[in-house]
Amino acid sequence: MNKVYNNRAWFLILPMLLLVAFSAIIPLMTVVNYSVQDVFDANTRFFTGTEWFEVMLNDPALQAALLRQFAFSFTILAIEVPLGIGIALLMPKRGWQASAVLILITLPLLIPWNVVGSIWQLFTRGDIGLMGVGIRELGYAYNITRNPADAWATIILMDVWHWTPLIALLCYSGLRSIPDAYYQAARIDRASKWAVFRYIQLPKLTNVLVIGVLLRFMHSFMIYAEPFVLTGGGPGSSTTFLSQSLTTMAIGQQDLGPSAAFSLIYFLIILLVCWVFYTAIMNSQKDNTTQGGA
Amino acid sequence: MAQITLKSLAHSYSPNPSGPEDYAIREMEHVWHQGGAYALLGPSGCGKSTLLNIISGLLTPSDGQVLFDDRVMNELPPEERNIAQVFQFPVVYDTMTVYENLAFPLRNVGTPAAKIRERVAEVADVLDLTSLLKRKARNLTADEKQKVSMGRGLVRDDVSAILFDEPLTVIDPQLKWKLRRKLKEIHERFNITMIYVTHDQLEASTFADKIAVMYEGQVVQFGTPRELFETPAHTFVGYFIGSPGMNLMEVARTETGVRTGAVDLTLPPALRDAIHRSRSRNVKLGIRPEFVEVLTEPGEASYPVEIDNVQDLGTYRIVSFTFAGIPFRARLGEDRPLPARYAYVRFPEAWLNLYIDEFRVEVGQ
Amino acid sequence: MTSSVPTTPESVRQQAAEAAALRRKRARNVTTRWRRRTLLGLYLVFVILPIYWLLNLSFQTNSEILGSFSFWPQNFTVANYARIFTDANWYMGYVNSLAYVLMNMLISISVALPAAYAFSRFRFIGDKHLFFWLLTNLMAPPAVFLLPYFQLYYSVGLFDTHIAVALAHCLFNIPLAIWILEGFMSSVPKEVDETAYIDGYSFPRFFVTIFLPMIRSGIGVTLFFLFMFSWVELLLSRTLTATNAQPIASIMTRTSTASGIDWGTLAAAGVLTIIPGIVVVYFVRNHIAKGFALGRT
Repeated sequence: MNKVYNNRAWFLILPMLLLVAFSAIIPLMTVVNYSVQDVFDANTRFFTGTEWFEVMLNDPALQAALLRQFAFSFTILAIEVPLGIGIALLMPKRGWQASAVLILITLPLLIPWNVVGSIWQLFTRGDIGLMGVGIRELGYAYNITRNPADAWATIILMDVWHWTPLIALLCYSGLRSIPDAYYQAARIDRASKWAVFRYIQLPKLTNVLVIGVLLRFMHSFMIYAEPFVLTGGGPGSSTTFLSQSLTTMAIGQQDLGPSAAFSLIYFLIILLVCWVFYTAIMNSQKDNTTQGGA
Repeated sequence: MAQITLKSLAHSYSPNPSGPEDYAIREMEHVWHQGGAYALLGPSGCGKSTLLNIISGLLTPSDGQVLFDDRVMNELPPEERNIAQVFQFPVVYDTMTVYENLAFPLRNVGTPAAKIRERVAEVADVLDLTSLLKRKARNLTADEKQKVSMGRGLVRDDVSAILFDEPLTVIDPQLKWKLRRKLKEIHERFNITMIYVTHDQLEASTFADKIAVMYEGQVVQFGTPRELFETPAHTFVGYFIGSPGMNLMEVARTETGVRTGAVDLTLPPALRDAIHRSRSRNVKLGIRPEFVEVLTEPGEASYPVEIDNVQDLGTYRIVSFTFAGIPFRARLGEDRPLPARYAYVRFPEAWLNLYIDEFRVEVGQ
Repeated sequence: MTSSVPTTPESVRQQAAEAAALRRKRARNVTTRWRRRTLLGLYLVFVILPIYWLLNLSFQTNSEILGSFSFWPQNFTVANYARIFTDANWYMGYVNSLAYVLMNMLISISVALPAAYAFSRFRFIGDKHLFFWLLTNLMAPPAVFLLPYFQLYYSVGLFDTHIAVALAHCLFNIPLAIWILEGFMSSVPKEVDETAYIDGYSFPRFFVTIFLPMIRSGIGVTLFFLFMFSWVELLLSRTLTATNAQPIASIMTRTSTASGIDWGTLAAAGVLTIIPGIVVVYFVRNHIAKGFALGRT
């Protein structure tokens, strides 16, 4: 669409800008300010330059948390994206079943994140949880407070439960926008089910999947409440992710300088990964540029 | 290659149809001969797309049979029918190149690569797509896309028929003409049965050797464009074909003759007798505007009328007048004398068509 | 269905073969359908089971929860719910949460609508950079802003108020709303605007009476997302409140006391946090199917 050049559009932007600036720029400036100072109390502070950044980047605990974070994010993406596509393909397209399935699937998305943690805590506990008791009955000594592998598997299962619906709904919506004529043409061209998926459905899903993967990456990278409630980051620090490390440092220990530096690094990593992913997708589609998608 | 027969075919979208109005296709018999170029013409909602989808197998008819030669096809899915169909909106596989699009139907059945190359090259040549073969299909213009979807039907040498569902709807007017010519050319070259659905009589008559006119789920006439024009078998055909459509007047029997409104008609005896023989109360006479004679002087079997309006359309004029309370139109060549306000009109008996219960009745001379 | 009567042995054989092929195909279709249903059914069970378990525990007393393992409440009780509804500390949590969520939805949508319109229709100095900057806010981890928010709202005297949380959630909700709405607005042809101006509509009147109704389902989906992300957020809402505006999510942490965790009340409180979500989904259920693609398919 050709847009009109008109700087009066700024007036439409202005209210939004003031609000977002208030909640984004001022706090971000505070963070930057802290990150280059060592604050003892309200009156005593020293300029430290990049020292806190160096300290943070070399902190083995944080490096470990960062690695865990990446491992977690990529694992859940690898599970949720194919599963979400699969569910979307299975969902009924019309009638009351469609509405019912839609409402059921959307449900986990609307539960407060700490309640998601509570639900899974109740579900997986070895003494009162259906899944916890069930697995023990099967003869495996399942214990998420002792065994890091069990804790990991449970957190991943919880995230799959919590967020696969988002991918499924995005894909379902994308699939619904494919006109019937495409399926009819494919039948007449004697296309196999796989060919229909590969050449009709998947191309139509590209845009929504880009959105889905970006959203999922961002949110999984910021995950806090669910593992905090379910495992408290343990056993040990085996399920401590970046947000939890940061919160402990900033609120718990009041280490203003280091935590501010850590915050900025954290933010930049998310920006960088999203940017790389987005550019990679856009470049791969460059030879067939059309009106821009996402 | 096959002859397509529709045997007491009917289709209803509702599971328990209670009356004829529940049927999208009312019971019909029809034969499409091998190698013909046919058009299926009718207003939107008359069931022509439904009929097309039944032939291609996208829909299963609720009654009757579809036969290709002597095989009953009813239960066969479209992929086993060897039919190609081109849709109203061009369907191309966006992520594939034009070449891959054209090769797709062949690859799906495991055709050897050399054969695919040969067929695609041939079809691309016919459709002027050769220079585009390496382009991604999503970047094409609407008419190029539509050519690609036609091409996917043509590459297969096993197709018995190609069905077109208003394929030129989204094409620019000047390109429509070119594509229609192309289709005609392809038909002559490949000798494939083609059925072309449209609501445009001009498209139908330039493309097809024979046209089936559909109205309310029925084929009301199947004939050459000339037959449709000269002897419309149904009042709807008279109204729908031609521009402007046929003039129709309801007639009533009197003791000695026939009248329409308050005007006694002078009719040849055979026609008058035919009207008198029929029991129906729905009797109409129709005449094409082209055959209405407009005279300045009264003549034999002529009626005085007042001219309401004259439209000059370059090579001809449309004269509107009211006859027996019914608006009538006559089409006059520009060289013909035109009375100013009062005129006499004649309806030559050779061009008067008799319709009883909307269907045409042949009157022996 | 009428069927032609076979006359020759070949046609009899052919018809028999075709009928057999048909039966096989039907059987195959039925199997596929059942396989699809089973797979979807399994997934739905997976979705429902943890929620069912929460519901199950919420109707049991703590002694029953800890004492015996049962698939449904043996001694059905609503005592857990009664405790929540009679204790102002508990039920005010819901009121607080709903208050700041609704405030946030109202603020976000009313500033995002004009801004999204500007992005979808005009070019202006810095538009691309501004849009990109907005999206980066979507990627900002709330944990990063925890401390500065606390200090900022404390210094302006908004700490422990509903509006503080509502404003804090604007950080990610406004960019999200603009981004979703921009997609929907761009899919409305510009000719609509131009026709309206030619017909003598002023901008505000056109925007409210013509444009907004055209992107109804977009607005519905946007509100859905605004509700969702504000309702489920814990970190910011917990940090910015103490007692007066404390959200239900953080009140739930009170169930763990020195004498152990009050499982029954925790479960009942959890069930009650799911209900507003169900209400919201029910209202937008017809828009979800189309609108979830965010106007970007």
